[in-house]
Amino acid sequence: MDYQPPPFFSRGPAPLVRLAFFVSLAVLLMVLDARFRYAESLRQVVALLVYPLQRTALVPVELFSAAAEFFTTQVALKRENDELKTKHLQGANDLLTLEALRAENAQLRRLLDARERLSVDSTLAEILYRGRDPFSRKVIIDKGSQQGIQAGQAVIDDIGVIGQVTRVHPLLSEVTLITDKDQRTPVQVVRNGLRAVAFGGGDRGTLDLSYMAANADVQADDVLVTSGIDGTYPGGLPVAKVSRIERDPAYAFAKISCIPTAGTEQNRQVLVLSSEAGFPPLPAETEPRAGSLPKQKRVRKRE
Amino acid sequence: MAFLEQSQRILLPVNPAYIALTLVLALLFNLMPWRDVFWLPDMVALVLVFWCVRQPRRIGIGIAWFLGLVMDAGNGALLGQHALAYAVLAFAAIGLHRRILWFSLWRQAAHILVLLLACQLLMLGARLIAGGEFPGFAYFGGSLIAAALWPTATFLLLLPQRRPESVDRNRPI
Repeated sequence: MDYQPPPFFSRGPAPLVRLAFFVSLAVLLMVLDARFRYAESLRQVVALLVYPLQRTALVPVELFSAAAEFFTTQVALKRENDELKTKHLQGANDLLTLEALRAENAQLRRLLDARERLSVDSTLAEILYRGRDPFSRKVIIDKGSQQGIQAGQAVIDDIGVIGQVTRVHPLLSEVTLITDKDQRTPVQVVRNGLRAVAFGGGDRGTLDLSYMAANADVQADDVLVTSGIDGTYPGGLPVAKVSRIERDPAYAFAKISCIPTAGTEQNRQVLVLSSEAGFPPLPAETEPRAGSLPKQKRVRKRE
Repeated sequence: MAFLEQSQRILLPVNPAYIALTLVLALLFNLMPWRDVFWLPDMVALVLVFWCVRQPRRIGIGIAWFLGLVMDAGNGALLGQHALAYAVLAFAAIGLHRRILWFSLWRQAAHILVLLLACQLLMLGARLIAGGEFPGFAYFGGSLIAAALWPTATFLLLLPQRRPESVDRNRPI
Protein backbone atom coordinates (compact mmCIF):
# COMPACT_ATOMS: atom_id res chain seq x y z
CA MET A 1 0.00 0.00 0.00
CA ASP A 2 1.53 3.25 -1.06
CA TYR A 3 1.08 6.42 0.84
CA GLN A 4 0.09 9.52 -1.07
CA PRO A 5 0.37 13.00 0.36
CA PRO A 6 -2.99 14.64 1.01
CA PRO A 7 -4.38 16.34 -2.09
CA PHE A 8 -3.83 19.87 -0.74
CA PHE A 9 -0.08 19.28 -0.84
CA SER A 10 -0.23 18.25 -4.47
CA ARG A 11 1.36 20.92 -6.67
CA GLY A 12 1.34 19.15 -10.00
CA PRO A 13 4.47 18.25 -11.92
CA ALA A 14 7.85 19.55 -10.73
CA PRO A 15 8.87 22.96 -12.07
CA LEU A 16 11.70 21.48 -14.08
CA VAL A 17 9.32 19.09 -15.81
CA ARG A 18 6.95 21.92 -16.59
CA LEU A 19 9.81 24.04 -17.90
CA ALA A 20 11.02 21.21 -20.12
CA PHE A 21 7.50 20.74 -21.47
CA PHE A 22 6.90 24.39 -22.29
CA VAL A 23 10.39 24.99 -23.65
CA SER A 24 10.09 22.05 -26.01
CA LEU A 25 6.66 23.30 -27.07
CA ALA A 26 8.11 26.75 -27.78
CA VAL A 27 11.07 25.34 -29.69
CA LEU A 28 8.71 23.16 -31.72
CA LEU A 29 6.58 26.21 -32.55
CA MET A 30 9.64 28.20 -33.57
CA VAL A 31 10.89 25.48 -35.87
CA LEU A 32 7.42 25.05 -37.39
CA ASP A 33 7.11 28.81 -37.87
CA ALA A 34 10.58 29.56 -39.19
CA ARG A 35 11.20 26.53 -41.37
CA PHE A 36 7.87 25.12 -42.44
CA ARG A 37 5.26 27.82 -41.84
CA TYR A 38 2.83 25.31 -40.36
CA ALA A 39 1.99 27.48 -37.37
CA GLU A 40 0.01 30.08 -39.34
CA SER A 41 -3.43 28.91 -38.19
CA LEU A 42 -2.39 29.02 -34.53
CA ARG A 43 -0.92 32.47 -35.11
CA GLN A 44 -4.16 33.64 -36.69
CA VAL A 45 -6.23 32.41 -33.76
CA VAL A 46 -3.99 34.13 -31.22
CA ALA A 47 -3.82 37.26 -33.36
CA LEU A 48 -7.62 37.41 -33.45
CA LEU A 49 -7.65 37.15 -29.64
CA VAL A 50 -5.10 39.95 -29.36
CA TYR A 51 -6.87 42.21 -31.86
CA PRO A 52 -9.14 44.00 -29.30
CA LEU A 53 -6.08 44.60 -27.10
CA GLN A 54 -4.19 46.03 -30.04
CA ARG A 55 -7.01 48.40 -30.92
CA THR A 56 -7.27 49.46 -27.26
CA ALA A 57 -3.53 50.09 -27.14
CA LEU A 58 -3.91 52.39 -30.15
CA VAL A 59 -6.56 54.57 -28.51
CA PRO A 60 -4.22 56.81 -26.43
CA VAL A 61 -1.98 57.38 -29.45
CA GLU A 62 -4.91 58.27 -31.68
CA LEU A 63 -6.27 60.63 -29.03
CA PHE A 64 -2.89 62.30 -28.76
CA SER A 65 -2.52 62.78 -32.51
CA ALA A 66 -6.11 64.04 -32.76
CA ALA A 67 -5.38 66.60 -30.06
CA ALA A 68 -2.13 67.60 -31.77
CA GLU A 69 -3.99 68.06 -35.05
CA PHE A 70 -6.64 70.15 -33.34
CA PHE A 71 -4.04 72.56 -32.08
CA THR A 72 -2.28 72.96 -35.42
CA THR A 73 -1.84 76.68 -35.92
CA GLN A 74 -3.61 78.56 -38.65
CA VAL A 75 -0.25 79.58 -40.14
CA ALA A 76 0.78 75.98 -40.58
CA LEU A 77 -2.54 75.19 -42.24
CA LYS A 78 -2.21 78.16 -44.58
CA ARG A 79 1.31 77.17 -45.55
CA GLU A 80 0.26 73.60 -46.15
CA ASN A 81 -2.65 74.81 -48.26
CA ASP A 82 -0.34 76.94 -50.42
CA GLU A 83 2.08 74.07 -50.85
CA LEU A 84 -0.71 71.73 -51.85
CA LYS A 85 -2.02 74.26 -54.40
CA THR A 86 1.39 74.60 -55.98
CA LYS A 87 1.81 70.87 -56.04
CA HIS A 88 -1.62 70.44 -57.55
CA LEU A 89 -0.81 72.87 -60.35
CA GLN A 90 2.43 71.10 -61.11
CA GLY A 91 0.63 67.80 -60.91
CA ALA A 92 -2.07 68.94 -63.31
CA ASN A 93 0.55 69.68 -65.92
CA ASP A 94 2.11 66.27 -65.45
CA LEU A 95 -1.30 64.66 -65.52
CA LEU A 96 -2.14 66.18 -68.90
CA THR A 97 1.10 64.93 -70.39
CA LEU A 98 0.49 61.60 -68.72
CA GLU A 99 -2.89 61.22 -70.43
CA ALA A 100 -1.35 61.96 -73.80
CA LEU A 101 1.54 59.61 -73.15
CA ARG A 102 -0.78 56.87 -72.01
CA ALA A 103 -2.85 57.12 -75.16
CA GLU A 104 0.27 57.09 -77.28
CA ASN A 105 1.68 54.19 -75.34
CA ALA A 106 -1.51 52.18 -75.74
CA GLN A 107 -1.49 52.77 -79.44
CA LEU A 108 2.15 51.74 -79.77
CA ARG A 109 1.52 48.63 -77.75
CA ARG A 110 -1.40 47.70 -79.93
CA LEU A 111 0.81 48.25 -82.94
CA LEU A 112 3.42 45.95 -81.48
CA ASP A 113 0.71 43.44 -80.63
CA ALA A 114 1.96 43.54 -77.05
CA ARG A 115 -0.24 42.57 -74.23
CA GLU A 116 -1.91 45.60 -72.79
CA ARG A 117 -0.90 46.30 -69.29
CA LEU A 118 -3.90 45.83 -67.04
CA SER A 119 -4.68 48.58 -64.62
CA VAL A 120 -4.09 47.25 -61.14
CA ASP A 121 -6.68 47.25 -58.40
CA SER A 122 -5.57 48.79 -55.14
CA THR A 123 -6.76 49.03 -51.57
CA LEU A 124 -6.06 52.00 -49.33
CA ALA A 125 -4.74 50.95 -45.94
CA GLU A 126 -3.33 52.68 -42.93
CA ILE A 127 -0.19 51.69 -41.06
CA LEU A 128 -1.26 50.99 -37.50
CA TYR A 129 2.12 50.51 -35.94
CA ARG A 130 5.53 49.14 -36.46
CA GLY A 131 5.86 45.64 -35.05
CA ARG A 132 7.80 45.71 -31.79
CA ASP A 133 10.29 43.24 -33.16
CA PRO A 134 13.80 44.65 -33.39
CA PHE A 135 14.97 41.73 -35.50
CA SER A 136 13.00 42.55 -38.62
CA ARG A 137 11.46 45.53 -40.39
CA LYS A 138 7.73 45.10 -40.54
CA VAL A 139 4.67 47.28 -40.21
CA ILE A 140 1.11 46.29 -39.42
CA ILE A 141 -1.66 47.69 -41.64
CA ASP A 142 -5.35 47.83 -40.82
CA LYS A 143 -6.67 45.71 -43.70
CA GLY A 144 -6.73 41.94 -43.67
CA SER A 145 -8.14 38.96 -45.49
CA GLN A 146 -11.65 40.27 -44.82
CA GLN A 147 -10.85 43.19 -47.13
CA GLY A 148 -9.32 40.95 -49.76
CA ILE A 149 -5.66 41.40 -48.93
CA GLN A 150 -3.50 38.46 -49.94
CA ALA A 151 0.04 37.56 -49.03
CA GLY A 152 2.52 38.59 -51.69
CA GLN A 153 0.83 41.81 -52.74
CA ALA A 154 2.98 44.89 -53.21
CA VAL A 155 2.52 47.90 -50.93
CA ILE A 156 3.30 51.42 -52.15
CA ASP A 157 3.00 54.95 -50.86
CA ASP A 158 2.64 58.05 -53.02
CA ILE A 159 6.27 57.92 -54.22
CA GLY A 160 7.24 54.30 -54.50
CA VAL A 161 7.32 50.76 -53.21
CA ILE A 162 7.58 50.36 -49.45
CA GLY A 163 7.21 46.61 -49.11
CA GLN A 164 5.20 43.48 -49.57
CA VAL A 165 2.38 41.83 -47.63
CA THR A 166 3.92 38.78 -46.04
CA ARG A 167 1.30 37.60 -43.58
CA VAL A 168 -2.45 38.12 -43.58
CA HIS A 169 -4.67 37.98 -40.52
CA PRO A 170 -8.46 38.34 -40.74
CA LEU A 171 -8.40 42.06 -39.86
CA LEU A 172 -4.72 43.03 -40.04
CA SER A 173 -1.79 42.26 -42.27
CA GLU A 174 1.93 42.39 -41.86
CA VAL A 175 3.98 44.21 -44.45
CA THR A 176 7.69 43.47 -44.70
CA LEU A 177 9.51 46.63 -45.76
CA ILE A 178 11.90 46.49 -48.70
CA THR A 179 14.71 47.35 -46.27
CA ASP A 180 14.17 44.14 -44.27
CA LYS A 181 17.17 41.84 -44.30
CA ASP A 182 15.21 38.97 -45.84
CA GLN A 183 13.31 40.97 -48.43
CA ARG A 184 14.22 40.90 -52.14
CA THR A 185 12.82 43.26 -54.74
CA PRO A 186 13.27 42.72 -58.48
CA VAL A 187 14.40 46.04 -59.96
CA GLN A 188 15.55 47.57 -63.19
CA VAL A 189 17.81 50.55 -63.79
CA VAL A 190 15.75 53.19 -65.59
CA ARG A 191 18.70 54.60 -67.55
CA ASN A 192 19.65 51.40 -69.37
CA GLY A 193 17.11 48.74 -68.42
CA LEU A 194 19.64 46.63 -66.52
CA ARG A 195 17.83 44.09 -64.32
CA ALA A 196 18.93 43.38 -60.77
CA VAL A 197 17.65 42.23 -57.42
CA ALA A 198 17.66 44.67 -54.51
CA PHE A 199 18.43 43.09 -51.14
CA GLY A 200 17.24 44.75 -47.96
CA GLY A 201 20.07 46.23 -45.93
CA GLY A 202 18.46 45.60 -42.55
CA ASP A 203 19.38 47.94 -39.78
CA ARG A 204 20.87 50.63 -42.01
CA GLY A 205 17.58 51.36 -43.76
CA THR A 206 19.16 50.99 -47.19
CA LEU A 207 19.07 48.51 -50.07
CA ASP A 208 21.96 46.66 -51.68
CA LEU A 209 22.32 45.50 -55.26
CA SER A 210 24.19 42.28 -54.68
CA TYR A 211 25.75 39.97 -57.26
CA MET A 212 26.23 42.72 -59.83
CA ALA A 213 29.47 42.30 -61.78
CA ALA A 214 32.20 44.76 -60.85
CA ASN A 215 31.94 46.39 -64.27
CA ALA A 216 28.13 46.52 -64.34
CA ASP A 217 26.78 49.71 -65.86
CA VAL A 218 25.39 51.30 -62.73
CA GLN A 219 26.15 54.88 -61.75
CA ALA A 220 25.47 56.91 -58.68
CA ASP A 221 22.02 58.59 -58.73
CA ASP A 222 20.62 55.92 -61.05
CA VAL A 223 16.92 55.40 -60.39
CA LEU A 224 15.74 51.83 -59.81
CA VAL A 225 12.16 50.82 -60.58
CA THR A 226 10.38 47.49 -60.25
CA SER A 227 10.95 45.39 -63.32
CA GLY A 228 7.56 43.72 -63.19
CA ILE A 229 8.89 40.53 -64.73
CA ASP A 230 8.01 38.39 -61.75
CA GLY A 231 4.29 39.20 -61.83
CA THR A 232 4.29 40.16 -58.15
CA TYR A 233 5.10 43.83 -58.43
CA PRO A 234 3.61 45.89 -61.23
CA GLY A 235 6.45 47.24 -63.36
CA GLY A 236 7.77 50.77 -63.26
CA LEU A 237 7.22 51.65 -59.61
CA PRO A 238 10.14 53.63 -58.17
CA VAL A 239 12.06 51.63 -55.59
CA ALA A 240 15.38 53.27 -54.81
CA LYS A 241 18.16 55.52 -55.94
CA VAL A 242 21.78 54.39 -56.10
CA SER A 243 23.76 56.26 -53.49
CA ARG A 244 27.21 54.70 -53.37
CA ILE A 245 29.19 52.27 -55.51
CA GLU A 246 32.40 50.55 -54.45
CA ARG A 247 34.23 48.68 -57.14
CA ASP A 248 37.01 46.73 -55.49
CA PRO A 249 39.12 44.72 -57.97
CA ALA A 250 39.65 42.08 -55.28
CA TYR A 251 36.01 41.06 -55.52
CA ALA A 252 34.02 39.82 -58.47
CA PHE A 253 30.99 41.86 -57.47
CA ALA A 254 30.51 45.57 -56.97
CA LYS A 255 29.13 46.87 -53.69
CA ILE A 256 26.19 49.05 -54.57
CA SER A 257 24.01 50.61 -51.91
CA CYS A 258 20.80 52.47 -52.61
CA ILE A 259 18.44 54.69 -50.66
CA PRO A 260 14.75 53.76 -50.86
CA THR A 261 12.64 56.31 -52.72
CA ALA A 262 9.47 55.83 -50.71
CA GLY A 263 9.20 56.86 -47.10
CA THR A 264 9.52 53.37 -45.70
CA GLU A 265 9.50 54.81 -42.19
CA GLN A 266 7.35 57.91 -42.47
CA ASN A 267 3.98 57.56 -44.12
CA ARG A 268 0.75 56.35 -42.60
CA GLN A 269 -1.44 55.86 -45.67
CA VAL A 270 -0.36 53.19 -48.12
CA LEU A 271 -1.84 51.43 -51.14
CA VAL A 272 -1.93 47.66 -51.40
CA LEU A 273 -1.79 46.62 -55.06
CA SER A 274 -3.41 43.42 -56.13
CA SER A 275 -1.02 41.17 -57.99
CA GLU A 276 -3.46 39.52 -60.37
CA ALA A 277 -1.92 40.94 -63.49
CA GLY A 278 -2.99 38.06 -65.67
CA PHE A 279 0.41 36.46 -66.00
CA PRO A 280 0.60 32.99 -67.47
CA PRO A 281 1.66 30.26 -65.02
CA LEU A 282 5.39 29.87 -64.72
CA PRO A 283 7.04 26.86 -66.31
CA ALA A 284 7.88 24.30 -63.67
CA GLU A 285 11.65 24.21 -64.10
CA THR A 286 12.36 27.94 -63.84
CA GLU A 287 14.47 29.44 -61.08
CA PRO A 288 12.61 30.44 -57.90
CA ARG A 289 11.35 33.97 -58.33
CA ALA A 290 13.10 36.72 -56.48
CA GLY A 291 10.99 39.02 -54.39
CA SER A 292 8.03 36.69 -54.26
CA LEU A 293 6.57 34.97 -51.24
CA PRO A 294 8.94 34.33 -48.33
CA LYS A 295 7.97 30.68 -48.48
CA GLN A 296 9.78 30.38 -51.72
CA LYS A 297 12.76 32.24 -50.32
CA ARG A 298 13.02 29.65 -47.60
CA VAL A 299 13.10 26.93 -50.18
CA ARG A 300 15.91 28.65 -52.00
CA LYS A 301 17.85 29.21 -48.82
CA ARG A 302 17.83 25.54 -47.95
CA GLU A 303 19.11 24.45 -51.33
CA MET B 1 14.96 44.33 11.90
CA ALA B 2 15.70 45.86 8.53
CA PHE B 3 17.23 42.72 7.08
CA LEU B 4 14.00 41.69 5.46
CA GLU B 5 12.41 44.66 3.76
CA GLN B 6 8.92 43.27 3.80
CA SER B 7 9.02 41.87 7.30
CA GLN B 8 7.73 45.09 8.78
CA ARG B 9 4.34 44.73 7.28
CA ILE B 10 1.93 41.90 6.81
CA LEU B 11 0.33 42.17 3.42
CA LEU B 12 -3.26 41.32 2.61
CA PRO B 13 -3.78 38.25 0.41
CA VAL B 14 -3.54 39.07 -3.26
CA ASN B 15 -6.59 39.25 -5.47
CA PRO B 16 -6.10 37.02 -8.56
CA ALA B 17 -8.14 39.45 -10.63
CA TYR B 18 -5.60 42.14 -9.78
CA ILE B 19 -2.76 39.94 -11.07
CA ALA B 20 -4.67 39.42 -14.31
CA LEU B 21 -5.42 43.15 -14.59
CA THR B 22 -1.79 44.16 -14.18
CA LEU B 23 -0.70 41.60 -16.76
CA VAL B 24 -3.27 42.87 -19.25
CA LEU B 25 -2.17 46.48 -18.66
CA ALA B 26 1.45 45.47 -19.22
CA LEU B 27 0.39 43.72 -22.43
CA LEU B 28 -1.38 46.91 -23.54
CA PHE B 29 1.81 48.87 -22.91
CA ASN B 30 3.81 46.43 -25.00
CA LEU B 31 1.30 46.49 -27.85
CA MET B 32 1.23 50.27 -28.08
CA PRO B 33 2.67 51.57 -31.35
CA TRP B 34 6.21 52.47 -30.38
CA ARG B 35 8.05 53.51 -33.48
CA ASP B 36 11.70 52.61 -33.72
CA VAL B 37 12.26 52.72 -29.97
CA PHE B 38 13.92 49.43 -29.17
CA TRP B 39 15.22 50.22 -25.69
CA LEU B 40 11.71 50.22 -24.26
CA PRO B 41 11.28 48.13 -21.13
CA ASP B 42 9.42 44.89 -21.64
CA MET B 43 6.62 45.52 -19.15
CA VAL B 44 5.10 42.07 -19.50
CA ALA B 45 8.40 40.48 -18.50
CA LEU B 46 8.74 42.84 -15.55
CA VAL B 47 5.22 42.27 -14.21
CA LEU B 48 5.53 38.55 -14.84
CA VAL B 49 8.78 38.34 -12.90
CA PHE B 50 7.23 40.36 -10.11
CA TRP B 51 4.29 38.03 -9.66
CA CYS B 52 6.49 34.95 -10.05
CA VAL B 53 8.68 36.23 -7.22
CA ARG B 54 5.77 37.32 -5.03
CA GLN B 55 3.10 34.75 -5.80
CA PRO B 56 4.82 31.68 -7.22
CA ARG B 57 1.78 29.54 -6.52
CA ARG B 58 -0.65 31.79 -8.35
CA ILE B 59 1.31 32.21 -11.54
CA GLY B 60 3.50 29.75 -13.30
CA ILE B 61 5.36 28.70 -16.36
CA GLY B 62 2.19 27.90 -18.31
CA ILE B 63 0.76 31.40 -17.96
CA ALA B 64 4.15 32.89 -18.85
CA TRP B 65 4.28 30.72 -21.95
CA PHE B 66 0.84 31.81 -23.07
CA LEU B 67 1.65 35.50 -22.51
CA GLY B 68 4.74 35.00 -24.66
CA LEU B 69 2.60 33.50 -27.40
CA VAL B 70 0.31 36.54 -27.28
CA MET B 71 3.31 38.86 -27.55
CA ASP B 72 4.61 36.92 -30.54
CA ALA B 73 1.32 36.97 -32.41
CA GLY B 74 0.68 40.63 -31.56
CA ASN B 75 4.06 41.82 -32.77
CA GLY B 76 4.54 39.52 -35.70
CA ALA B 77 7.68 38.05 -34.19
CA LEU B 78 8.81 34.47 -34.62
CA LEU B 79 6.06 32.38 -33.02
CA GLY B 80 7.42 30.86 -29.81
CA GLN B 81 10.28 33.28 -29.27
CA HIS B 82 8.72 35.21 -26.39
CA ALA B 83 7.00 32.03 -25.18
CA LEU B 84 10.35 30.31 -24.75
CA ALA B 85 11.97 33.32 -23.08
CA TYR B 86 9.05 33.96 -20.69
CA ALA B 87 8.82 30.29 -19.70
CA VAL B 88 12.50 30.25 -18.77
CA LEU B 89 12.10 33.62 -17.05
CA ALA B 90 9.19 32.37 -14.96
CA PHE B 91 11.07 29.21 -14.04
CA ALA B 92 14.14 31.17 -12.92
CA ALA B 93 12.06 33.69 -10.99
CA ILE B 94 10.10 30.96 -9.21
CA GLY B 95 13.32 29.13 -8.41
CA LEU B 96 14.89 32.27 -6.98
CA HIS B 97 11.87 33.77 -5.25
CA ARG B 98 12.92 32.82 -1.73
CA ARG B 99 16.37 34.29 -2.24
CA ILE B 100 15.40 37.51 -4.00
CA LEU B 101 13.02 38.76 -1.31
CA TRP B 102 15.79 38.75 1.29
CA PHE B 103 17.55 41.65 -0.37
CA SER B 104 16.81 45.36 -0.38
CA LEU B 105 14.84 46.70 -3.33
CA TRP B 106 17.86 47.85 -5.35
CA ARG B 107 19.66 44.56 -4.83
CA GLN B 108 16.49 42.79 -5.90
CA ALA B 109 16.62 44.95 -9.02
CA ALA B 110 20.12 43.64 -9.74
CA HIS B 111 18.77 40.08 -9.64
CA ILE B 112 15.91 41.08 -11.92
CA LEU B 113 18.35 42.70 -14.36
CA VAL B 114 20.23 39.43 -14.75
CA LEU B 115 16.97 37.52 -15.29
CA LEU B 116 15.70 39.99 -17.89
CA LEU B 117 19.03 40.08 -19.73
CA ALA B 118 19.08 36.29 -19.87
CA CYS B 119 15.54 36.40 -21.27
CA GLN B 120 16.62 38.85 -23.99
CA LEU B 121 19.71 36.80 -24.79
CA LEU B 122 17.50 33.76 -25.32
CA MET B 123 15.31 35.69 -27.75
CA LEU B 124 18.36 37.08 -29.52
CA GLY B 125 19.82 33.60 -29.90
CA ALA B 126 16.54 32.21 -31.22
CA ARG B 127 16.21 35.00 -33.76
CA LEU B 128 19.81 34.84 -34.94
CA ILE B 129 19.45 31.10 -35.51
CA ALA B 130 16.24 31.75 -37.43
CA GLY B 131 18.07 34.24 -39.67
CA GLY B 132 17.28 37.59 -38.07
CA GLU B 133 19.56 40.58 -37.96
CA PHE B 134 21.42 41.78 -34.86
CA PRO B 135 19.48 44.82 -33.62
CA GLY B 136 22.39 46.53 -31.88
CA PHE B 137 23.25 46.80 -28.22
CA ALA B 138 20.52 49.37 -27.58
CA TYR B 139 18.23 46.33 -27.58
CA PHE B 140 19.54 45.41 -24.13
CA GLY B 141 18.83 48.90 -22.79
CA GLY B 142 15.22 47.86 -22.25
CA SER B 143 16.28 45.44 -19.52
CA LEU B 144 18.29 48.13 -17.74
CA ILE B 145 15.30 50.45 -17.68
CA ALA B 146 12.96 47.65 -16.60
CA ALA B 147 15.30 46.73 -13.73
CA ALA B 148 15.49 50.39 -12.70
CA LEU B 149 11.69 50.40 -12.58
CA TRP B 150 11.66 47.49 -10.14
CA PRO B 151 11.28 49.54 -6.90
CA THR B 152 8.48 51.59 -8.48
CA ALA B 153 6.82 48.46 -9.78
CA THR B 154 7.06 46.86 -6.34
CA PHE B 155 5.41 49.87 -4.73
CA LEU B 156 2.61 50.11 -7.33
CA LEU B 157 1.87 46.42 -7.63
CA LEU B 158 1.75 45.87 -3.87
CA LEU B 159 -0.48 48.89 -3.29
CA PRO B 160 -3.80 47.00 -3.05
CA GLN B 161 -2.24 44.51 -0.64
CA ARG B 162 -1.02 47.06 1.87
CA ARG B 163 -3.02 47.28 5.04
CA PRO B 164 -4.77 50.52 5.87
CA GLU B 165 -2.77 52.73 8.22
CA SER B 166 -5.59 52.94 10.76
CA VAL B 167 -5.01 49.68 12.56
CA ASP B 168 -7.76 48.11 14.58
CA ARG B 169 -6.26 47.73 18.07
CA ASN B 170 -8.51 44.81 18.96
CA ARG B 171 -7.34 42.58 16.13
CA PRO B 172 -4.78 39.94 17.06
CA ILE B 173 -2.42 40.65 14.13
